[in-house]
Amino acid sequence: MDQDPARQHLRSRPGSRLQPLRPATTAQTTAALGFRFSWSDPRVRSVVWQVVILGAVASALVLIARNTAANLEARRIATGFDFLRRTAGFPIAEHMIDYDPGLSSYGRALTIGVLNTLKVSLTGVVAATLLGTLIAIARLWKAWLVARLAAAYVEVVRNVPLLLQLLFWYALLQALPPPRQAWMPFPGFFLSNRGLRTPALEWTNALNWCGLASCLGACAVLLLLRFAKRRQDLTGSRPTQWRLAFGLIALPPVVVWVWLGERLIVDWPVLKGFNFTGGALLSPECAALTLGLVVYTSAYIAEIVRSGISAIAPSQWEAATALGLRWEQALRLIVLPQAVRVVVPPLTSQYLHLVKNSSLAVAIGYPEVVSIASTTMNQTGQAIEAIGYVMLVYLSISLSISLLMNWYEARITPVLR
Amino acid sequence: MSSIANASGPPSRRAALARRSAAALRALRWAREHMFQSIPAAAVTVLVSFLLLKGALALLSWGVWHAVWRVPTGADGQPDVTACLDARGVGACWAVIGEKYRLILFGRYPYDEQWRPCVVVGLFLGLYVVSAIRWFWRPILISIWTAALTLIGILMWGGILGLPFVGQDAWGGLPITLILATFGIAAAFPFSVFVALGRRSQRLPGVRWLCIVYVELIRGVPLVTLLFMASVMFPLFVPAELSPDKLVRAQIAIILFTGAYLAEDVRAGLQAVPKGQYEAADALGLGYWKRTILIVLPQALRLVVPPLVNTFIGLVKNTSLVLIIGTFDLLGISRVATTELLWQAYSVEVYLFIATIYFVLCSAMARYSRGLEEARIARARS
Amino acid sequence: MSRLFGLLAVLSALSPLTPAMAQGSGSATLDAVRARGQLLCGVSGEIQGFSFVSSNGEMLGLDADGCRAVAAAALGDAKKVRFVPLSPQARFTALQAGEIDLLMMNTTWYLSRESRLGLMFASVNFWDGAGVLTKVASGVKSIMELNGASICVNPGTNVELDLADWARRAKVSYTPVQIGGVSEIQQAFLAGRCDAFASDRSQLAGFRFAQGPKAAELLILPEQISSGGSGAVVRKGDDKWFDVVRWTHFAQVRAESLEVTQKNVDTFNNTTSPDIRRLLGLEGDLGASLGLDNKWAYNVVKQVGNYGELYDRWITPAGLARGPNELWTKGGLQFAPPLR
Repeated sequence: MDQDPARQHLRSRPGSRLQPLRPATTAQTTAALGFRFSWSDPRVRSVVWQVVILGAVASALVLIARNTAANLEARRIATGFDFLRRTAGFPIAEHMIDYDPGLSSYGRALTIGVLNTLKVSLTGVVAATLLGTLIAIARLWKAWLVARLAAAYVEVVRNVPLLLQLLFWYALLQALPPPRQAWMPFPGFFLSNRGLRTPALEWTNALNWCGLASCLGACAVLLLLRFAKRRQDLTGSRPTQWRLAFGLIALPPVVVWVWLGERLIVDWPVLKGFNFTGGALLSPECAALTLGLVVYTSAYIAEIVRSGISAIAPSQWEAATALGLRWEQALRLIVLPQAVRVVVPPLTSQYLHLVKNSSLAVAIGYPEVVSIASTTMNQTGQAIEAIGYVMLVYLSISLSISLLMNWYEARITPVLR
Repeated sequence: MSSIANASGPPSRRAALARRSAAALRALRWAREHMFQSIPAAAVTVLVSFLLLKGALALLSWGVWHAVWRVPTGADGQPDVTACLDARGVGACWAVIGEKYRLILFGRYPYDEQWRPCVVVGLFLGLYVVSAIRWFWRPILISIWTAALTLIGILMWGGILGLPFVGQDAWGGLPITLILATFGIAAAFPFSVFVALGRRSQRLPGVRWLCIVYVELIRGVPLVTLLFMASVMFPLFVPAELSPDKLVRAQIAIILFTGAYLAEDVRAGLQAVPKGQYEAADALGLGYWKRTILIVLPQALRLVVPPLVNTFIGLVKNTSLVLIIGTFDLLGISRVATTELLWQAYSVEVYLFIATIYFVLCSAMARYSRGLEEARIARARS
Repeated sequence: MSRLFGLLAVLSALSPLTPAMAQGSGSATLDAVRARGQLLCGVSGEIQGFSFVSSNGEMLGLDADGCRAVAAAALGDAKKVRFVPLSPQARFTALQAGEIDLLMMNTTWYLSRESRLGLMFASVNFWDGAGVLTKVASGVKSIMELNGASICVNPGTNVELDLADWARRAKVSYTPVQIGGVSEIQQAFLAGRCDAFASDRSQLAGFRFAQGPKAAELLILPEQISSGGSGAVVRKGDDKWFDVVRWTHFAQVRAESLEVTQKNVDTFNNTTSPDIRRLLGLEGDLGASLGLDNKWAYNVVKQVGNYGELYDRWITPAGLARGPNELWTKGGLQFAPPLR
């Protein structure tokens, strides 16, 4: 059949399961199709296999869709996204935008859930990175007791399920005293089993202007940094800029403030009746979730940073010592900047894990998106739409974080000549 | 001369003294190097040891000295918990473990038949140990796994060989955790190998994109949403008569979830196989499947074992999430155990108990995985 | 090659397969129950007086016995019930998914549960309303004093919605504490996480009763936030099963009004009262018309009891008077159409 010696290895051998086509069939199919339909042709095989596999998957999906439609019809369950415009009716304990159970829609409730998820995720990512880096450094420190303690912390935290840790933190926070006997570590700060109440700044218009002034100052600082870097490239000496930078950020808001002649209005929490009113509140649910997530993820980040630092060749440490740098200086100036490159990919996946783990809040009653979607499912019966919405939210957040970290990694990877 | 030699005692005693003082000097030097090498280090060491001592003493006082280990049975046949109530805040009430350990470990399995889940847990642990021994890393392992899993199924369900039938809704506790994790990885592993091979396929771009979509979709969503999907949406996907049991649904969700993560691990292993191996296989005239099964996979899978073990550890911890959809694994049933009125206030003790179980299981596996990695690095270096 | 074409042929034949649609035939659930030999009943398992687990593992309470009554009617044996404990958030999906045949979980009856969730309320075994429980030590005597308080409530229940509506009406503000799971929220309330606990008044009474000697420290506030009935829930699309569940409850109510009790049900073999004869299946074929045995109502009363007996067994000890749950002839809302 195929006598071309260059394609000998493609010919099926005797005893193999696929039999070569008989010549007559080949001629007929060639005539019909206009090209040579031969099973030993890898292109033909690949097309056929793809059609088969994708066809099977597609038919399975079609089957599932049909069954779902039939079952929903038989059970008289509503479908469609109209429910997003209906009034929700249920209260939400913590909301960053205005929410009224009698007026706000399900769509608004779900948006509040997304905002709560983002709030916990962002705080968690920042805190976990800081804590993780500290613990990694502690593990590498020569002080033996501290290093062993950090190692034990990482070992214990990584081997106990996160859900169990969340429940444990929540149970611990429930042991705080009731509001009438709240602890007051600082004036105006009240710690009770209803959460941490702190004084809050009343956000007035004047503060908006001050914020704007501060932002302008920050832009000026960026320009200053670029100027300083150029000076350093040209002359080798870098002018001390931290005093100027501090002044640029701190002075404009003060100037604006004095010029507008406003007073600082602070909202102090006050015990009225049952609870504290006024000020800002950190609820036990939010605190337990953030604490649990930060502690758990920081253990993983500590391991990643530690292996990143260990991956830096010892010659770097030796060179730093030769230059007369102390251990802490060598770490800060030489090793950590190099370790950052090694550390970024696994760190990205840890950040993604943290965002996904925030979904466990449904077990302790923090109103993030899975929790609110679950209540919505219960009240409206539209499970598919609610779960689809939640999956879409998480996919978008994951994608954004991945893209951001990829951009950052590309930026810090030096162009090797 | 001899008088000076005799001044500090016979030679053996002198030698012993010299040894002891040398040891003491070594210890001091070690302490100086490791704990007190600079002022901040010394300060931190002192502070940390002080806090550690205080913490350890408080923990011992709460957990051991003032703890209530057993409560007597009261007049009405119910346990008399006054001792525990008095010890609240001062000592732990470990009596709750003594009372509830069978519920926590085995769930609502019929009391007389609880030897069966006990044997099942032993079988699982034995299976893990056997799989860890290098000698067993050959095709016979597959038959061992199949035999063990079948035996486990027979023991848990019963119905044959004279064992009374126990339905899945009575299962709970540690067996469910181990079943979900082990069957999960047993089913997800072959599936993930196919997905990884598909993702690396050059000739079938359609299949490659399908695998990419699957892996990125599953890795982008939390396991909780998959479990919700399993518990609520799977019954809608099949005709009403075929509605699968809730445990089966949770298992399918876990298999789908684990398969995606494992596929990435296997793909990393496949990428580590040198290109020369592929070319040599082509030179020998091997087709795609023969090359994959005989040459590539054995090398790739050997590299995949440490990440596989890490994924398994994560899986054991992730099974605790089935609590959210109402299946009673070890964590779920422990919450049920503390809802009885008498024992409502002692959830901390129960959480510590199951945390210890999880910790022992997971850290043993983590240690094994680290040992594998270190052995591999040592072999590569030598 | 031929094998490949064979495979393709099989696959293409499978694609246009229409799934066997659940036709919604009248007795699909009843057939399934009979084939299984067991009734799958969704209950809470954590509500004192309605469905709670005794120390030897038995499920007891008004809802549990309601399930047993349906089993007695459908299968002839009240013991052939498997109780499936569910959380308030998972109960409707379990029923919709077919995990259970019947839901008896203090589910309050309202419109969107029937129109949107594809469910039907077959009977009301308890007329009730939502109320609020506080600790005596807090000094609160009326619900209007709860302005600014934290109130614990189960998410996904109607009480959550009723509480929000009440707060709007009364222009009162409160902080909700929404923890899933009945025992978790009870524990949170006892631990002081919130100042008050909102739930159905019957649940509050049962919870308070279960505290034993500490019941005196808890107070159910006199105001009722909302009123409604709770009872048995079944899936839409199975009319015959709906009839079975509904008429089981009506048989129990009718038995109470005819003064047929668990103890004296066997003494009516020679009675001349046509109502009692039809009820107990001594004449007529009402059972067959439902698809059941003729002695279905007799089995229900003999093995479980009539409505009044159930109420006295489980609810009266918690201190709740019959009130709206009295027979309609005595001024309450429990009414049964004639069994003829």
